[in-house]
Amino acid sequence: MREAGGLGSRMQSQAFERPSQSPWKTVKRLWRYASGKGWLLGLAVAVSVGSNLLALVGPKLSGLAVDAIRPGAGQVDFDRVFFYAGWMLVSYLTSAVLSYGLAALMVRISREVVYGIRRDIFARLMGLPVRFYDQHAIGDVISVMSYDVDTISTMLSTDLIQMMTNLLTVAGSFVMMITISPLLMIPFAVTIPASILFTRYRSRKVRPLYRKRSVQLGVLNGYAEEMTEGLGTIKIYHREQVFLERFSRKNRDACQANYEADCFASSTGPTVNFINNLSLALVSAFGAILYMAEKISLGGVSSFVLYSRKFSGPINEFANLFSELQSALAAAERVFRLLDEPQEAPDAPGAKVLDASQVRGEVRLENVTFGYGEGSEVLRGFSMTAKPGQTIAVVGPTGAGKTTIINLLMRFYDPQAGKITVDGQDICQITRASLRRAYSMVLQDTWLFTGSIYDNLAYGKPGVTREEVEQAARAAHIHKFILSLPQGYDTILRDGGENISKGQRQLLTIARAMLLDAPMLILDEATSNVDTATEQSIQQAMLQLMQGRTCFVIAHRLSTIRNADQILVLQDGKVAEQGTHRQLLEQGGVYSQLYRAQFDTASPA
Amino acid sequence: MKRIFAYLHLYRIAIAGELTIKITGTVAELLLPWMLSVILDRYVPLGRLDIILQWGGLMVLCAVAALVCNIVANRMSTRISREVTRQLRYDLFDRVLNLSAAQVDRLTIPSLISRLTSDTYHVHQMVDRMQRLAVRAPIMLLGGVALTFFLEPVLACVLVLPLPLMVGGVWLLSQKGIRLYTQTQTAVDQLVRRAKESMAGIRVIQALSKSEYENRQFDAANTQAADSEFHAGLLMNATNPIMSALLNTGLTAVVVAGAFRVNAGATQPGAVIAFLSYFTMILNALMMVSRIFIMFSKGIASGRRIAEVLEMPEDMGNVFSAAETNAPHIQFRGVSFSYGKNEEDLRDVSFSLEQGQTLGIIGPTGSGKTTLVRLLMRLYDPDAGQILIHGRDLRSIPREILYTMFDAALQSDFLFAGTLEDNIDFGRGLKPEAIGRGAALAQAEFIASRPGGMEGSIASRGTDLSGGQKQRVLLARALAGSPEILILDDSSSALDYKTDAALRRALNRELAGVTKVIVAQRVSAIRHADCILMMEEGRVVGCGSHEQLMECCPDYEAIARIQMGEVEE
Repeated sequence: MREAGGLGSRMQSQAFERPSQSPWKTVKRLWRYASGKGWLLGLAVAVSVGSNLLALVGPKLSGLAVDAIRPGAGQVDFDRVFFYAGWMLVSYLTSAVLSYGLAALMVRISREVVYGIRRDIFARLMGLPVRFYDQHAIGDVISVMSYDVDTISTMLSTDLIQMMTNLLTVAGSFVMMITISPLLMIPFAVTIPASILFTRYRSRKVRPLYRKRSVQLGVLNGYAEEMTEGLGTIKIYHREQVFLERFSRKNRDACQANYEADCFASSTGPTVNFINNLSLALVSAFGAILYMAEKISLGGVSSFVLYSRKFSGPINEFANLFSELQSALAAAERVFRLLDEPQEAPDAPGAKVLDASQVRGEVRLENVTFGYGEGSEVLRGFSMTAKPGQTIAVVGPTGAGKTTIINLLMRFYDPQAGKITVDGQDICQITRASLRRAYSMVLQDTWLFTGSIYDNLAYGKPGVTREEVEQAARAAHIHKFILSLPQGYDTILRDGGENISKGQRQLLTIARAMLLDAPMLILDEATSNVDTATEQSIQQAMLQLMQGRTCFVIAHRLSTIRNADQILVLQDGKVAEQGTHRQLLEQGGVYSQLYRAQFDTASPA
Repeated sequence: MKRIFAYLHLYRIAIAGELTIKITGTVAELLLPWMLSVILDRYVPLGRLDIILQWGGLMVLCAVAALVCNIVANRMSTRISREVTRQLRYDLFDRVLNLSAAQVDRLTIPSLISRLTSDTYHVHQMVDRMQRLAVRAPIMLLGGVALTFFLEPVLACVLVLPLPLMVGGVWLLSQKGIRLYTQTQTAVDQLVRRAKESMAGIRVIQALSKSEYENRQFDAANTQAADSEFHAGLLMNATNPIMSALLNTGLTAVVVAGAFRVNAGATQPGAVIAFLSYFTMILNALMMVSRIFIMFSKGIASGRRIAEVLEMPEDMGNVFSAAETNAPHIQFRGVSFSYGKNEEDLRDVSFSLEQGQTLGIIGPTGSGKTTLVRLLMRLYDPDAGQILIHGRDLRSIPREILYTMFDAALQSDFLFAGTLEDNIDFGRGLKPEAIGRGAALAQAEFIASRPGGMEGSIASRGTDLSGGQKQRVLLARALAGSPEILILDDSSSALDYKTDAALRRALNRELAGVTKVIVAQRVSAIRHADCILMMEEGRVVGCGSHEQLMECCPDYEAIARIQMGEVEE
C-alpha cells in the first residue's frame, strides 16, 4: 500500500533538479558507498536467495504432505505426513531466520551508506565557496540532506529486499508451477499478460496524478507555513477572512488532486485482486478437470494454488516498487549533484602562508574590477591603499554593495581583473586559510552556534585560557551579563542564541573577535543591534580593538565613520566618492548629502 | 478525539453505505477458497464436469462482484475523506487565524505549522485508510476464521492458536518501535539543526578555518542519527519474519492435524487445501492490521493535536463599557502587563494623545517599547489599568471595528510570496492609486526599477529584497490604507538617514490628521514628536517634548547628546 510521494514530497527540492544522468552512473556512485562492504552485500544476496528458495519449497512440501493424506478413514500414510511436515517446519523456520538476517544486513549496509553520504555532503558543504550560499536557499540543501538521503536509505533497507524477494518469488513460483504441472499453466497465459499490461498502463497513468498531488500538497503546506508566520500582521490588519479564503482555494485544489490520484489508484488493488481471483477460479476448474483425468494429484493442485497466489502477489507490488526505486534514484541524483558542486578553487601552487604575527597590514586594491554576475559590475578599475593601522570606512545606502569589499578582501570572491595585495603580496598567492586568519571579523548577522557561551567565544582560538576569554568578554561589556545567567559561561545557547537578545548576541561576537587578536579587522555594522547607551560603553573597547590594526568598517552611524582615515562612498553598486570626511564634505557630493540627512529634521522643508 | 469523529459523523449515511458495499465485496472474495474446496471434495470425486464448470463460473461471478464492490466502495471512501479533510483543514486554519497572540505564544508558530501540515496529513491518511483497509483487514481476518470454523472446527482451532501470539508480538514490537522511531526523529532533527547552523555561519567558519572542527561536530550527530536509525530498523524488520514463522508453524500444524482428521474420517483432503488458502488470506490480513496499527496511532496522536487547537477557548472576550466624552484619541491609564505573568514587562504606563498628534517612543532594547504598541493594538490585554480610544475601553470595541483603526509596520514583519502589489494591498482591495501613494510615501522608488514593477513577484519572507527594501514595502503597506492611527515600530532602522528623513517629511506632509505612534532607536526619528516617552525596563522614565526631556530627563539627554554629538565638529 505504498504510494509515491506523501508528505515528504513537500520538502522535495527542485533546486538540484537538472537533466537526468544515466541511471547507471548514479547506481555506480551509490555502489561506491557500499563497496567497502562488498562482502556484506554478497552475503546479503546469498542469504536472500537461500531464504526465498526455502520459503518456496514450503508449498511443494505441503503438497506432498497433502498427497500423503489419502481420502478415507485409516488411509493416511502418517510416516510421510510427518516426514514432509517436519521438513516444512524446518524450511519455513530457517527461511524466517535467514530473512531476518538479510534484513539486518541490509539495515547495516544502509546505515553505512547513509552515514557516508551525509558525511560527504557536510564536508562538501563546508568547502563550498560563499558564492554557493549566496545563490542557494539553505532549505533546499537541507531537503537533500534529510529527505533525499532518507529516500535512499528506505530503498536500501526495504525496497531492495522487497524487489529481490519478489523477483525470486516470481521466478521460483514459476519454476515450481511448471514442475508440478505445465498443463495447469495454461490459465496463466491469459492472466499474467493481463496483470502486467494492466499494472504498466496504470502506473503510467497514475504517475502524473501523484506528481500533481505532491505539487498541490506542497503548495498548500507552503502557504499554511507562510501565513502562520504572519499571523500577527494578519490580525492587525484584520484580514483573517481574506487569507482564509485564499487558503481555502488552495486547500480545495489539494484535496481534489489527492482525490483524483487516490480514486484512480484505489481501483488498482481490487483489479489486481480480481485478476488473481480469476486465475484462482480458472486454476481450480482446470485443476479439477486435470485431476479427474488423473494428470495431477490432489496435493499437486493444492501446492499449485499456493504457488499461483505467491506468483501473482508480487506483480502488483512491482509497479509500486519500481516507482519507489525511481524516486530513490532521482534522490540519489540530487545528492550527487550537490556533491559535484565545484569546491572553492585550490590555493595557487606554491601559495605562501601568511604569518599573522608578521603582518603589518598594508592593503592595496589595484584596478580591481568585480561583479557578481555577467554584465553587472560592482567595482570597475577601483584602486585604494590602506596603510598599516588605518581605518577605512565604507558607507552608502542599503543595497549599494558594501559587503562586496569584504567579500574580496577575505577572498570569498575573487576579482575579475586587477589585484589585491597585503604587505605587497598578491593575496591570490597566499593560502586562503592564512589570509582569512589575518582578519578578525564582526558581521551584522551575528552567528552563534548551539553550545556553551565559552565555546562560542573561544571558537576562533582553540586552547585559549579561561582568563583570556573573560577578559575579552569584559572588554566587550558582556561579562556581567554572562555571569547573571544561571550557568554563567557554561550556559548553552540554543538555536543560534535565540534565548538572548540581538544586542547581547552582537556583543558576544565582538568579544569573539577581540579574543582572536588578528592584525586586521573587518566590522560590518558591528554595533547595529546595540542600543545607543551600550554602544557608547563599548566604544572604548572598540577603539582599543581598532588600535594599531588596519580596519575596514561598514557603518550607518556617522560618528564611527567620521574619524576614519579614508571613506569610500558606494552608490548604485559603484564607488561614488573616496576621501576623508573633510574632503568629502567640501566636495559637496553624495557623502555630504548623506551626512546632512542624518540631522535633517522632520519639519517640512 | 471526539472532535475529529464529529466530522465523520456528518457523513455517517454515506459511510454506512460504503461499508455495506465494502463488506459485500470482501465476503464475495472470502467465499472463493471455500468454493474451491467444494469443487475438489464434492464434485471431483463424482466426476461431474458440468457442475464443476458451474462452480467455476460462480467463482468468476464472485470475483467480479468483489471487483465492482471494492472499486465503488474505495471511490466512496476517497470522496468522504476528501470532504472530511477539506473541512477539518479549513476549520483548523480558521481557528489558527483567530487565536489570540497569547495562545499563539503558548502553542508556538512551528507547532501550529506542523499541526496544519503534517498532522492534517496523518489524519487524512487515517480517515482514508481506516475506511479502506481497516474494514477489509478485520473482515478478511474474522471472516477467514469464521469460514474455517464452518469448514472444519477442529482444524480451525489449530489455525487460531498462533493468532494471539502474533497479535501480542506485533503490539509489543510496535510499542518499542514507536519509541525508537521517536528517538531517531530527534537524532535526525539534531543533525539537520547542526547542518543548518553551520551553513548559516559559513563565512565565519571559513574565515577561521574551522571546517575540520565543524566536520567533527557534525560527525557526532551523524553517527548518532545513523546508529538510532540502525537500531530502529533492526527491531522493526523483525516483525515480518516473526509473523511468517508463527503462521507457517500453524500451517504445518494444520497439515498434521488435518492428516489425523482425515484418517479418522472426519474431513476431506480438499478442506485441508482450502485451509491453506485461508491461511494465506489471514496472513495478509494480519500484515495489514499491523500496518494499520501504526497509521492509526499516528493519526490519533495527530488528531489530538488538532483538536487541542480547535478546542482553544476564545480568551479575549469583550466587556461593555460606556464611552467617556471629551476624551483624547488614545489614552493609557496605569497600564501594566507581563508576558510570562511573573516579571512585569510594562509597569504603570500612562499617557494621552490627541487626534493628529505624534507619539515617539525611545529606549534601550527590552525596555517595553514593542510591548506597549502590542497592547495598543490589543494583541494582548493589560493585566492592570486601562487603554482607551476615543474614551472607549479597548476591550469594549468589537474586533472588526478596532482593527480597521490601525495600520502598522512592525520590526520584523511579514512578507509573503506574491506580487509587490499584493503584499502592499494585503487583501484589503485597495485602489492602485492608494497603493502607489503608499509606495511613494514609503520612499519605495526601487519598485519601479525592479523587473515587473508593482506586478513583480517577491519570494517568501522577501528574501530576495535587501533589508531596506523590505522595510520600504512594509511601510508602503502601512501607509497605503487610510487609518486613524499609524503605528511604526522601529520600521525605518534599515533605511539610511537620507531616506529616513525624506520619509519623516512625507509623513508630516501627507498624514497630518493621522495619529502616529513611532518607536525608534534614533532620537532624530522622533525629536519632533508632540510627546516622547523615554522607556527603561518597562517604565516610562520621561515624558514630554524633546526640549522638555532635554531639560528634565537625564537618560534621554544622554542618548540625544551621544547621537546628536555627531554633528558638532
